[in-house]
Amino acid sequence: MASLIGSRVERKEDKKFLTGKGRYTADINLANQTYAYFVRSPHARAKIKGIDTSKALKAPGVVKVLTGKDLAADKIGGMIAGWKIVSQDGKDMKVPPHPPLASDSVNYAGDHVAVVIAETLDQAKNAAELVKVDYKVLKAVVNTGDAMSSEPIHEGIEKNLCFDFGLGDKAKTDEAFSKADKVIKIDLINNRLIPNAMEPRASIGDYNPSSEELTLYTANQNPHLTRLVISAFNAVHPEHKFRVVAPDVGGGFGSKIYPYAEDVVVAWATKKIERPVKWVAERTESFLSDCHGRDHITHAELAVQNDGTISGLKVDTIANLGGYASLFATVTPTYLYAPLVLGLYNIPVAFCNVKAVFTNTAPVDAYRGAGRPEATYMIERLVEKAAKEMGIDRAEFRKKNFVSKFPHQQCLVHNIDSGDYSAHLEKALELADYKNFENRKKESASKGKLRGIGFSTYIEACGIAPSAVVMSIGAGVGLWESAEVRFNATGNVSVFTGAHSHGQGHATTFAQIVSDKLGVPIENIDLIHGDTDKGPFGMGTYGSRSLAVGGTAIVKACDKIIDKSKKVAAHMLEVKPEDIDFKGGEFIVRNSNKKKTIAEIAFACYLPGQYGEIKSPLPEGVEPGLKETAFYDPINFSFPAGSHICEVEVDSSTGETKIVSYTAVDDFGTVINPNIVEGQVHGGVVQGIGQALYENAHYDESGQLITASYMDYTMPRADNFPEFKIDYTCTPATSNPLGAKGCGEAGAIAAPPAVMNAVVDAIGTEVSMPATSEKVCDSIKSKQSNSKAA
Amino acid sequence: MKNFNYHSAKNSKEATKLSSNKSAYLAGGMTTLPSMKLGLASYSDIIDIKNIKDLSGIKVSGKSLKIGAITKHADVASSKEVKKTIKSLSDLADGIGDPQVRNRGTLGGSIANNDPAADYPSACVALNATIHTDKRKIPAEKFFKGMFETDLKKGELIQSVEFQVPEKSCYMKFPNPASRYAIVGVYIAKFKKEVIVAVTGAQPVVYRSKELEKALNSNFSESAINNVRIKPSSLNSDIHASSDYRAHLITALAKKAVAGCK
Repeated sequence: MASLIGSRVERKEDKKFLTGKGRYTADINLANQTYAYFVRSPHARAKIKGIDTSKALKAPGVVKVLTGKDLAADKIGGMIAGWKIVSQDGKDMKVPPHPPLASDSVNYAGDHVAVVIAETLDQAKNAAELVKVDYKVLKAVVNTGDAMSSEPIHEGIEKNLCFDFGLGDKAKTDEAFSKADKVIKIDLINNRLIPNAMEPRASIGDYNPSSEELTLYTANQNPHLTRLVISAFNAVHPEHKFRVVAPDVGGGFGSKIYPYAEDVVVAWATKKIERPVKWVAERTESFLSDCHGRDHITHAELAVQNDGTISGLKVDTIANLGGYASLFATVTPTYLYAPLVLGLYNIPVAFCNVKAVFTNTAPVDAYRGAGRPEATYMIERLVEKAAKEMGIDRAEFRKKNFVSKFPHQQCLVHNIDSGDYSAHLEKALELADYKNFENRKKESASKGKLRGIGFSTYIEACGIAPSAVVMSIGAGVGLWESAEVRFNATGNVSVFTGAHSHGQGHATTFAQIVSDKLGVPIENIDLIHGDTDKGPFGMGTYGSRSLAVGGTAIVKACDKIIDKSKKVAAHMLEVKPEDIDFKGGEFIVRNSNKKKTIAEIAFACYLPGQYGEIKSPLPEGVEPGLKETAFYDPINFSFPAGSHICEVEVDSSTGETKIVSYTAVDDFGTVINPNIVEGQVHGGVVQGIGQALYENAHYDESGQLITASYMDYTMPRADNFPEFKIDYTCTPATSNPLGAKGCGEAGAIAAPPAVMNAVVDAIGTEVSMPATSEKVCDSIKSKQSNSKAA
Repeated sequence: MKNFNYHSAKNSKEATKLSSNKSAYLAGGMTTLPSMKLGLASYSDIIDIKNIKDLSGIKVSGKSLKIGAITKHADVASSKEVKKTIKSLSDLADGIGDPQVRNRGTLGGSIANNDPAADYPSACVALNATIHTDKRKIPAEKFFKGMFETDLKKGELIQSVEFQVPEKSCYMKFPNPASRYAIVGVYIAKFKKEVIVAVTGAQPVVYRSKELEKALNSNFSESAINNVRIKPSSLNSDIHASSDYRAHLITALAKKAVAGCK
């Protein structure tokens, strides 16, 4: 059987999804089910003076109306920030209380105030209108840049500052800058994004008063962690009597990593009323209350020598956390951001300061790339600007400063195991036909269009993460992964993973790995995930970790299966285990035609009776059954890298930007399934282009979200894009046996600077993301009037 | 959504008879239904008119093109008659919303709603159209009165729109990238005696740009627009486009429309 590693196996899960047979949380309906509807704050910032639920309680069909007071009475814990960051002055970060239903104050438009539970959804909605909340409206703090000089929105958190984090050697960095021939400066805004997973969030709480078991069905990337958090911190129900099921999930992009207030509330409410409670977000609720992404203001400076060598980097960032600190909100702009500001350059010294602030906006947390897109946007815009100001070709400037020897210990945190940065840049230059760009530019000019080309060479830290490392820097959990490989007696295989697939195609990729390892046909392998009652505890899917960490756990479990099977095969074949080779699903006695298939061994393990002369196929001390569990804690992060090149054409009369060419050459290490990887690259690039040109969460001065529907929030669409040119280079990761590095976030990380560098190249002046037609048009006009004035 | 009575009318007479102060006609429902679902509108009676056959269809007679009120955008976009007589109208219909909207939304529904950013009002004004209702004929310029406001009386039913066929014409739209409504849409129609320039999306209601008409009446060319300055003070301003940008777009699109006139 030929190896399936690297093969374009069709996605096993597509049939059900493409024929409408996916089973999402909203598709699940339970007997005697009730419907929850949340009363949300219409104000960005207010004190709650009182909540009157009496009228709502009398409305038709209402079963229960619950508020923050009821939560407090039942001692339900608040939402937590799961990663402790320590400020430069040695003090711990400051985090406000975050009750799942607000009782004293609300801190963003959409904040949860009460829940109405009724026999039908319409009844719940109608009754919700009757809940009277007496608000004392306060002046909202909305802008990232104004937060520190505004009135504190949370008691005891001065300047609205959660932490003031520093990474790197400030003194040495200052020294490098004092000796620099040239200092290049840039000011950047990383715009706020709304994740917009295709499936809105949804949860059903189902308490069984007989067994005292609680089941929570929820659209989530991380069911085991959700169970842990809701048990241990929200104290809703003990973990051993609590099952969390994340069935088919329609996209997450980070926004479904963590439990939300609604999940805690339905899990708690079902216990109170002893009936299932179902909640499905309306799209407006998704806009208002899904955690948003990014929202940074950054000033960065690069110290450069006359020969084009980078000698230092300084970065100052203000990161907006929104109204509360969400579960991974604090690690995103710190450890997932600051170590990555070096890009793939050999920068000897650097210092990165990050101030995280609270504002009266939706909480901001990890969103596809989480910290790494922000870092990449900063360094790639800065390096491009430096090359231009130094008069050096942008590709050459990058190559000159690339890290070229591996392993490479960066000056901040990471030790990069492998890579070949010039290789992917060269390949991308070739694919993008860089050498003929000037001709294409002239051609565009003849049509009255401005053409520009932009580069983005990126690195990310994936495969998160070594538990000891992350826990030493504040993580509340370890980030290993689990797997169980279970042969059934009939020879097919059930594989359990702690990772969760919500678009990643694990059912296919993981089955390819198992098929390759065990020699079992892929159609006889099934992947089971997303249910805490099935398979061991796992850490879920995010941070491009599933293959590098979860895949490795599967490899290890397969190795254990092979070890045991070999012993059984040896016993059955009456030879020593070391005389047996395992290949293509067969245990073969060396230099002989005696063999057993792995399916025969599985059968024998489950039915260990008399086999011919042998009393039992199991040697002494070997247990029946064939099932192995493995946990894998990675020894290092993995470091995907790549070069993306974007070409744009700008209509100077309207400012409209069109992407005319996009090239991506990525080094993801070993690629298991190129189809799936291309899908990930396409999706990521599209999201990255969306950030660069279209998407923007816009709050007005009073903290109302103006872009709370698809009428105003611009999603990228298929007709915005050309056919992408995609290729790969490969330097396998040394930190895992698969050599895999991760590919889920690359596009979203690489694309924004590639696009923006192209736009800036086209119009010859700065413009901020998203580069809307109006902004581009204004930039062109002000450049024209400046040059006239000069 | 509040409960309502649903009626499917067989003919215009039945439809108008069913109408009351609390009723609404339903054609494509592209605005009516979302408004009801969001709780922004509620009616006691919904009178479905999409099964009334004589409200649908496309007819060319002499110098005019008559399109039934419940004719869908997709049918206008794909009609050979429309392409042959007024190509720009077919192009306009082809650029409304998305395929789902074009296969449900209707001409009559669009103009009765009179969204400030809708495309069809500009066609009605630029092509000197007459709106035929069950009671009377209304010239387009009098029909569109203000933001979401028309000359229609309660219960009055649009039956068809009669467009005048120009010598040449072109519609250029700068779509809102999110909604695909017009941030600005400029419809230029050159008739034997005059040039009409209708602008949608830029003000609370579609209007004729006298500045552009004056310039183009004396010299129908792109260069004639070079010296036209549109005052931004009366133009819409929102997160998608400031009034200054809209003013800029009006002349930029007018140039493209003149260049594209066929």
